[in-house]
Amino acid sequence: VPFHYSAVMNILLQQIVNGLTLGSIYALVALGYTMVYGILGLINFAHGEVVMIGALSSLAVVKSLLAVGVPGPLAALAGLGVAALVCTALGFTIERVAYRPLRQAPRLAPLITAIGVSIVLQQLAMLIWGRNYYSVPPLLPSAPHQVLGAEITDVQMLIVAVSAFTMIALMQLVNRTRLGRAMRATAENPAVAALMGVDANRIVSLTFIIGSALAALAGVLVSANYGIAHYNMGSILGLKAFTAAVLGGIGNLAGAMVGGVLLGVIEALGAGYIGTLTGGFMGSDYQDVFAFFVLIVVLIFRPSGLMGEKVAERA
Amino acid sequence: MKLPVVPQTAIALAVALGLAACGKEAPPSPAGQAPAGPVPMIVKLGHAAPLTGPQGHLGKDNENGAKLAIDELNAEHRKIGGRDVSFQLLSEDDQADPKQGTLVAQKFVDAKVNGVIGHLNSGTTIPASRIYADAGIPEVSPSATNPEYTNQGFKTAFRVMANDIQQGKVLGQYAVNNLKAKTIAVVDDKTAYGDDKAVDFKAILTTIKGKRPDLVFYGGMDAQAGPMAQQMKQLGFKAKLLMGDGGCTTEFHKLAGDAAEGNYCSLPGVPLDKMPGGPAFKAKYAAKYHADIQLYAPYVYDAVMVMADAMKRADSVEPAKFLPALAQTDYQGVTARIQFDDKGDLKDGAITLYQAKGGKWEPLETVGGGAPAAAAPAADSAAPATKY
Repeated sequence: VPFHYSAVMNILLQQIVNGLTLGSIYALVALGYTMVYGILGLINFAHGEVVMIGALSSLAVVKSLLAVGVPGPLAALAGLGVAALVCTALGFTIERVAYRPLRQAPRLAPLITAIGVSIVLQQLAMLIWGRNYYSVPPLLPSAPHQVLGAEITDVQMLIVAVSAFTMIALMQLVNRTRLGRAMRATAENPAVAALMGVDANRIVSLTFIIGSALAALAGVLVSANYGIAHYNMGSILGLKAFTAAVLGGIGNLAGAMVGGVLLGVIEALGAGYIGTLTGGFMGSDYQDVFAFFVLIVVLIFRPSGLMGEKVAERA
Repeated sequence: MKLPVVPQTAIALAVALGLAACGKEAPPSPAGQAPAGPVPMIVKLGHAAPLTGPQGHLGKDNENGAKLAIDELNAEHRKIGGRDVSFQLLSEDDQADPKQGTLVAQKFVDAKVNGVIGHLNSGTTIPASRIYADAGIPEVSPSATNPEYTNQGFKTAFRVMANDIQQGKVLGQYAVNNLKAKTIAVVDDKTAYGDDKAVDFKAILTTIKGKRPDLVFYGGMDAQAGPMAQQMKQLGFKAKLLMGDGGCTTEFHKLAGDAAEGNYCSLPGVPLDKMPGGPAFKAKYAAKYHADIQLYAPYVYDAVMVMADAMKRADSVEPAKFLPALAQTDYQGVTARIQFDDKGDLKDGAITLYQAKGGKWEPLETVGGGAPAAAAPAADSAAPATKY
């Protein structure tokens, strides 16, 4: 293959576009992890499964609406709406059933119930939807646009825009509103916040509801991007998003975005170039190794992540 | 090592006697000697495939094929060794995981199965085959195509499908001779046709696109091939995808959507409609399960039938006794006329190439494949592209 400077640049640019999309997906899911962690100091390992439930329930709605002749965009919105309802109800219930009774328990206990909930949700989804892969009907044109030599689809642009917008909106919510102030107060010290008239239980419930609505959104976008949905899709995605949240500094909203995008770009560049760099010795299957290697290095030098603040242990 | 064996055998005998005693009590009539008794002899066949996980749909399809065969065998009320036999299927989920595969294999050995149908993946079949070989239990895999499976020198290992060497050769020849491809990118999922959960291939595809291949060969399963085809389209690929049997499914069309069009795949054997017993099998399957055949069900059905046929010819369900008969198989199955070579591979296994057209796999041509035995259906001559 002859060496063309522009061709090489196009490939690099394409890889960055690939990474940016992948990373925005991670970021959107990571926001859910980071919000819950910020308030409760709890890692909600069931979050990835909520994303999956969002994807599958919206798909069920979209397919049945398309079947009766409802136009595509309308069906997509209805699907998103139903998914958001299902996921918020689910998030609310999970918190009430699996986390709230253990709020005073040692930290390990809710972590274990979180893993339990994620297994239950996955099996439940398998019972409802079966083991089949579902194809997602293309509601946006799948033909790519050429931008500076890179190919980008409508869904990809939508994903990047939606996650950036969501992050900004969440930051506004947390930093500028009454609810946000209550959230920050609860995060800082639930007991004192309660003395000031903040209903901590209500705040925690709302946090789970918002996080789960984001999960529904992420589920719809992920399944639209890859064109498939499956009961197993949440576990790897959840793990990657959790990694992104830790990389950016868990508990920090901007950090989730930075961590997600960074992880996506590292994965894309790693998978794209590792074969060439090692002369074929290592292949794109080392993509995950690459991502986790970067995570380890970052955590060695910045244990609280890239944008995480050093916080004293709660008394 | 001999000492511990003696008490174990003694215990096993005691248990067997105890069971026999119980068995005798069951029928009200005075129990006679074991042969020709009213209680049928149970022939246990193990069936292993991933019944959950990303390949659950394929595993379930295999299980359906096996059940269909078992039900038919039981409806025939066969006698083996002068006794009525009742076939029983023990179906286990190996999760396409080699570790789980060996656990399932050990479970079958402990349950003293008479034979094993499976596993679905080469990655599980190969490690499990050693356990069956050590226990002397015959194994017929419907779909493991890795050559390694029958290369280990086990007398118990058989398959009713052409292996990857046969398939790879045909794929390579077709890519170069018919598709005139000069640069071919090869993407390997690095599992022995196993479990891969990846869905994002854009990074690797972008690198491949930079090398301007004429064709992309993917050695993996449909659940990845579908998104891969979509992402190739999104990246503006002109090259088409060429796949082995893992991508040659109806599922691929569903998952790739309109990006499926024009891609190629190969499948060991001949198209279902052109199999000697294909249309009849399709009808039977649809009547029983109200679903379409995914992929390997006819091969699983044949695997069960081949094993039952060997038991019939040997007039014994003892693995040691019917194993030689299994090696001598000459059986006209649904998929083909089945004969094994000295390694346990299917003799002259056919490979068929397909292209995606209008949401379906259209057969392009069939390479190899033995002449059907005795009652050759005339339908064969109706396949214009078939070369023998």
